[in-house]
Amino acid sequence: MPDAYVRIEGVTKTFGGAPAVDNVSLDVQRGEIFCLLGGSGSGKTTLLRMLAGFETPTSGRLYIDGQDMTGIAPCERPVNMMFQSYALFPHMSVEKNVAFGLEQEKLARAEISERVVQILDIVKMGAFIGRKPHQLSGGQRQRVALARALVKRPKLLLLDEPLGALDRKLREHTQFELLAIQKRLGVTFIVVTHDQGEAMTLASRIGVMNHGQIVQIGTPLDIYEYPQTKFVADFVGSVNLFDGRLVEDEADHVRIRSEELGAVVYVDHGITSAPDVSVSVAIRPEKIGIDRTRPAGSENVAHGRVKEIAYMGDTSIYIVELDAGKLVRVTLPNVVRRAEDRLTAEESVYLSWHASSPVVLTR
Amino acid sequence: MNRGYFSRTGLVIGLAFLYLPILSMVVFSFNNSRLVTVWDVAHSPTLKWYVALLSNQPILRAAWLSIRVAASAATGAVVLGTLVGIVLARFGPFRGRTLLSAMTTAPLVMPEVITGLSLLLLFVALEQLIGWPRGRGMLTIILAHITFTMSYVAVVVQSRLAGFDESLEEAAMDLGARPVTVFFRITLPLIVPAIVSGWLLAFTISWDDVVVSQFVAGPASTTLPMVIFSKVRLGVSPDVNALATLMVLIVALGIVISSLWMHAMSKRRERESQLAIAANQ
Amino acid sequence: MQALGKHAGRRFVVAVPYLWLIMLFLIPFIIVFKISFSETRMAMPPYAPLIEWRDGAIVGIKLYFSNYSFLFTDRLYASAYLYSIKVAAVSTLWCLLIGYPMAYAIARSTAAWKNLLLMLIILPFWTSFLLRVYAWIGLLKSNGVINNVLLWLGVIHEPLTLMQTDFAVYVGIVYSYLPFMILPLYANLEKHDTTLLEAAADLGARPWRAFLRVTLPLSMPGILAGCLLVFIPAVGEYVIPSLLGRTDQLMIGRVLSDEFFANRDWPVASAVAILILGLLVVPIMLFQRVQKGELEARP
Repeated sequence: MPDAYVRIEGVTKTFGGAPAVDNVSLDVQRGEIFCLLGGSGSGKTTLLRMLAGFETPTSGRLYIDGQDMTGIAPCERPVNMMFQSYALFPHMSVEKNVAFGLEQEKLARAEISERVVQILDIVKMGAFIGRKPHQLSGGQRQRVALARALVKRPKLLLLDEPLGALDRKLREHTQFELLAIQKRLGVTFIVVTHDQGEAMTLASRIGVMNHGQIVQIGTPLDIYEYPQTKFVADFVGSVNLFDGRLVEDEADHVRIRSEELGAVVYVDHGITSAPDVSVSVAIRPEKIGIDRTRPAGSENVAHGRVKEIAYMGDTSIYIVELDAGKLVRVTLPNVVRRAEDRLTAEESVYLSWHASSPVVLTR
Repeated sequence: MNRGYFSRTGLVIGLAFLYLPILSMVVFSFNNSRLVTVWDVAHSPTLKWYVALLSNQPILRAAWLSIRVAASAATGAVVLGTLVGIVLARFGPFRGRTLLSAMTTAPLVMPEVITGLSLLLLFVALEQLIGWPRGRGMLTIILAHITFTMSYVAVVVQSRLAGFDESLEEAAMDLGARPVTVFFRITLPLIVPAIVSGWLLAFTISWDDVVVSQFVAGPASTTLPMVIFSKVRLGVSPDVNALATLMVLIVALGIVISSLWMHAMSKRRERESQLAIAANQ
Repeated sequence: MQALGKHAGRRFVVAVPYLWLIMLFLIPFIIVFKISFSETRMAMPPYAPLIEWRDGAIVGIKLYFSNYSFLFTDRLYASAYLYSIKVAAVSTLWCLLIGYPMAYAIARSTAAWKNLLLMLIILPFWTSFLLRVYAWIGLLKSNGVINNVLLWLGVIHEPLTLMQTDFAVYVGIVYSYLPFMILPLYANLEKHDTTLLEAAADLGARPWRAFLRVTLPLSMPGILAGCLLVFIPAVGEYVIPSLLGRTDQLMIGRVLSDEFFANRDWPVASAVAILILGLLVVPIMLFQRVQKGELEARP
């Protein structure tokens, strides 16, 4: 990809011998919102800090807009960062905080104040220009931090857990605003987050990280519907995993026998693997249906007993114990307000799913 | 709870223990009798010891020397101690860090006789080797005082910096500020309170020091504590009571004013944040 | 601050205080160590060089161990040494017994009281140490305040001898060093979660038991820091025993300064300093570890 805006080439970072980032290569396109998704210690923040220049790669190279970043100090990089803690200077007003970056560029006073007012209007903080950080709420601080990073008109903005410090209601609202601002200013975003929901709504592409490596890159839909490893399937959303053996491997379908499931799984797409190999089958909880009577067909059906029901409001979660003892999680929307024949614990049920739903994982 | 009662009683007794001696010193500074602790009912209270004090040339000279020494030492200690505090709090691991941190904490507890002796022997050896510092006097006292007060400044600065997220400095760099700008616009303003209290602490310790000064002072440079020490070794003396009262008064005033001011500031901050939060709901 | 640290200025920022401390803190100890092996002589400075130079070559090294053997044979030094340890240990214990309830009470009071009480603890520290010790002379001497009050109350009929006793030294040290015990204890106790005590009470522990099983073990770092802050300087204390203490039994700090000033025996004074340091090196290292843990635990 010749016009990759950010190119990470075989970057490794070790701290005292232990690799935090392990041979990562990655391209991010201009105007993209790229999310690095991973748990704590997955190396996502270290990767971000290397882009900002706060850490130096042990090996490998970073390019931003075609320029090698090796040996370039943070203050010289065409990159700005929004810190997880926001890092607003406590002794400066909102205005001074936002103006700080422009002052470093030695711009004229009039231009600085014009651009400060302009960006504060975009993030809807114009009314708070004279406040100090401690006089702001969490959401307002987040906006000021965003404005402070954006006012320098960076081509690339790095966001470290941008919504992590906000409560749930505010998060949802802010997510959409962040998207709107990104679209309006046309900045490339690289976002680090441990929250898959945040990654799903914000990202044009997601890179899932584990143990310092990127395990899968794809659109949110790819990552959720077509996970390539058990880790990704399990980390992004919840999933039921069944061990099984491949008994039939055709170009347009496969059959897998799973003792845990007590059933044969028919999958309507082919995979590339040797026959009779151990595989895992992943099925998302919302893709499983529950019936009291056995549905037609002999495949993609399993029998069990309802063990627990958790009422969540919009959905209910059913934990079903299969005949082989394995517990399966099923999520169903509560479509009807007062269902007369709602399932109860200890009821005997049949689980079924569409042939397109299972994902076969070999890793 | 009876434990709360017990510890509160202990607190009251402890505070009485801390303050009664000072109080008695203050009271007897107004006593007419030379015997200090025998209250002369007929002629007291009197200000005569204060008058005597203010016309006592050696004491005034020594006090003036002590002020100059303490101010210079505190200033030097603030410069060096702030550097140490920043290095220890912000520079991460580097070779020699352990030694630096050891050389910073050890002076906090080192017995003064050892510090005094070792510094004097250094000055003597230096004079033999390079002819500097020539003789001993104000300069050697200041050098010695900087050395053992900079640790206090370093500790105060280091713990203040530990309370701030390092990402503040990173954010400044990220916004295009060079290290020198980061220091003067971000780090320094944040640690100003620590630097001020470090300076006052260093000043007080230097102003108060008798043991180290005795070792490193020359015959012509006698600090106020050295004068007081030689006076009180011979027994109580009423003008020392007057001097003590003046010093307690100055310190108490300073502390009361500064803490009232800080209290008002924190109250204001609190109110402002509450207003801000209320405005957002 | 990794990136700032990489700047060329980093070396300078580290080097300035580093060189200062090496020059004025570390090297002086090496000189003390060296002189403790020198021979005394009547000159200025009053010790002989260890190494004899002639025409740019070393022609002889003379190490005199007699300064040390002198310290071990003369009973005066051994008893001063042991007496100093005893005084420092007893004073530290008293500081702890008085300081702990005070620190505890402050840590458990309301925010407004907390600030006031802390200020009251710190305030004496800002006034002259020397004058505060001096105040006790007025209280303790035979016609001093304490004796006068007791005589007036009729509790005693003869003035008690309080000055120039062990008791006076303990009082002086405890009085001067009490804030150094209270502050680290308070800093520790203040961080304790009061729900821990509630949990202990909820589980059926009586208050005293909860204190012994929960609060006391958790406050060990504070106790250790406070005790070391009192004990280490108290061993070498010079001013307090000189003003309040016995004349028949000296503390080691006084011995050092007498050797230095009165006898002008710099090598023996240096040897005494080395022996004090030898005693204190373990407590000082312990203090550094406690201090390091305190300062580097980020909130």
